[in-house]
Amino acid sequence: MEKADLRELHRLMLVARRVDEEAIALQRQGVLPGYAPMRGQEAAQVGSAAALDLTRDFAFPNYRDLGAATAMGVDLVGYLSTHLGTWHGGMYDPKASRLAPVNAVVGGAVPHAVGWAMGAKLDDTGGVAITYFGDGASSQGDVHEAMNFAAVYRLPVVFFCQNNGWAISVPTERQVAGGSVAARAAGYGIEGVRVDGNDVLAVFETTREAVLRGRDGGGPTVLEAMTYRMGPHSTSDDPGRYRTLEEERAWAERDPVARAARQLSADDVAEAEAHAADVVRQVREGLVTVGDRPTEELFSFVYREPTKALLDQQHAWKEAADV
Amino acid sequence: MLEDRTGAEPRGNAELSLQQALNLALRHACEDDDRVLVFGEDVGRLGGVFRVTDGLQAKFGEQRVFDTPLAESGIMGMAVGLAMAGWRPVPEIQFDGFAFPAIDQIVNQVARLHYRSRGVLTMPITLRLPSFGGIRAPEHHGESLESLFAHVPGLKVVSPSSPREGYHLLRQSIADPDPVIFMEPKPRYWHRESFDPTQPVEALPVGTSRVVRQGKHATLVAWGATVARCLQVAELAAEDGVELEVLDLRWLKPVDADGLAASVGRTRRAVVVHEAPLTAGLGAEVSTLITERCFGELRAPVQRVTGFDVPYPSGPLEDEYLPSIDRILTAVQTTLEYRRG
Repeated sequence: MEKADLRELHRLMLVARRVDEEAIALQRQGVLPGYAPMRGQEAAQVGSAAALDLTRDFAFPNYRDLGAATAMGVDLVGYLSTHLGTWHGGMYDPKASRLAPVNAVVGGAVPHAVGWAMGAKLDDTGGVAITYFGDGASSQGDVHEAMNFAAVYRLPVVFFCQNNGWAISVPTERQVAGGSVAARAAGYGIEGVRVDGNDVLAVFETTREAVLRGRDGGGPTVLEAMTYRMGPHSTSDDPGRYRTLEEERAWAERDPVARAARQLSADDVAEAEAHAADVVRQVREGLVTVGDRPTEELFSFVYREPTKALLDQQHAWKEAADV
Repeated sequence: MLEDRTGAEPRGNAELSLQQALNLALRHACEDDDRVLVFGEDVGRLGGVFRVTDGLQAKFGEQRVFDTPLAESGIMGMAVGLAMAGWRPVPEIQFDGFAFPAIDQIVNQVARLHYRSRGVLTMPITLRLPSFGGIRAPEHHGESLESLFAHVPGLKVVSPSSPREGYHLLRQSIADPDPVIFMEPKPRYWHRESFDPTQPVEALPVGTSRVVRQGKHATLVAWGATVARCLQVAELAAEDGVELEVLDLRWLKPVDADGLAASVGRTRRAVVVHEAPLTAGLGAEVSTLITERCFGELRAPVQRVTGFDVPYPSGPLEDEYLPSIDRILTAVQTTLEYRRG
């Protein structure tokens, strides 16, 4: 997206919202073993990912980035396959989609963005890496190491922190000393920006600036989108044990999808709902028909060429399975 | 401009130390493939604390050979991203014990991204890791982490025992499409051998061992730094008419089960020698592979001569810890004199 287009951004957010709801429903129906809902974070994810140039940029997600995947046009059945339990990392093509495989280690992929950005800089592609992580992950040493590396080498990286207020049950004030992830940027001598993470236009514009700064040689940016996870951490979590209904109601009034809809015509919203319903239907159909992987794949993709020891184990497994 | 301190390029057979051979391997790898990147702590201007990367930055520039901040997890995490962007990273972790801060990146990321991406992403990363003890170094500078890495699916582990093998194995590791942990035996860095590094890279296939000395009475299985000691033992034993075969395992993941079986099938006795602690060490794996394949031929249980289940000790105690010539000879004697009870 060249310029902020609220109608398009709202359409994308609504798709993410409805697919997220469907994923929860599918988990309750026993189709998905587990899921990490992102309701409330649509503006942060869609707004930032829509600011990328997918011909040259690359994104490094965590496990709660359905909105980013949606805005990047990633095959959503492939993306949700990781939650379906089909394959760790999902079934989409990370190279073609420009989205790294889903990663369960919080903060683990943040230094990858730094290495990727160094590679892009050496190749002079103008590519920028964006890495998604949360306020909880910002406590990880890897996030510090990555920010320091990116600053030392002045690499085109956008460190996109979705501060949703809660690292499972631990609130930001017990997770982030000083209360701000963006403020840490000053320690590395790089740009640090806080943005209203529920304002999709603001997120888009701020991310776009950070991406352009990286592309133009201006180095990395720490961008902290202040938002809220309206649902549980995962489908086995109970937020009622650690936060109040009042807090949840207050944030519900700041719902990013409703906020964008209010600025659009009723026709636009109706059209977006119809489109989202269409996508949801396709995703549901795709997920229930995706099926299990062939059992032989248990031994696939460990190495480029399987080792003899692995082939021997595969052979023994096959013999035992055929009995 | 920094001067090139490694001197003239050999033009044929040359007497080279392991440190020089590895330096040449890196040099030639950088020349042959401009996607090769060498980085780590102090590898640039200093040329590495063991000078293995000496002169590389002067020759290939600061974009191909560069110093990193002092952060091992960051180094390995950066290697992952570089590999994803189509580069061929050859990072160095300065000392074995400092690989621990990078374990998450090595195990959860480097080893798994090919799998996680269903083969779309490759991780042609060679982690150079100065390893093993014997140089009177302080804590965390003498560890043997081979069984730790060998246990991780997706990694390959190799350790050279001589300059010539060091050259060829490093070239092969860098060319390999999978992640390789390259364990350099630091007490052997200054050991010299004559060979011709201008010859084409030899195929020393992944997962193959090498008989470095033939014998018929028992096989000593060793790798990295312990190979040289086992050769000394074989020399001494020969004086008493005992002919020991010395097998350099070389690849520690995957392990050469066929090579082990071939050697022990002939000699019918085996002693495994490693520096790492005994419990759950690679010797246990080797011993089991031998037993599985050679049970009928074995004349005695496989013996192990290893470090002890203690933290790697300080200098004055190092010789008590490391498999000594005496301890290896005693194990040889035990296996030769073994009588079924």
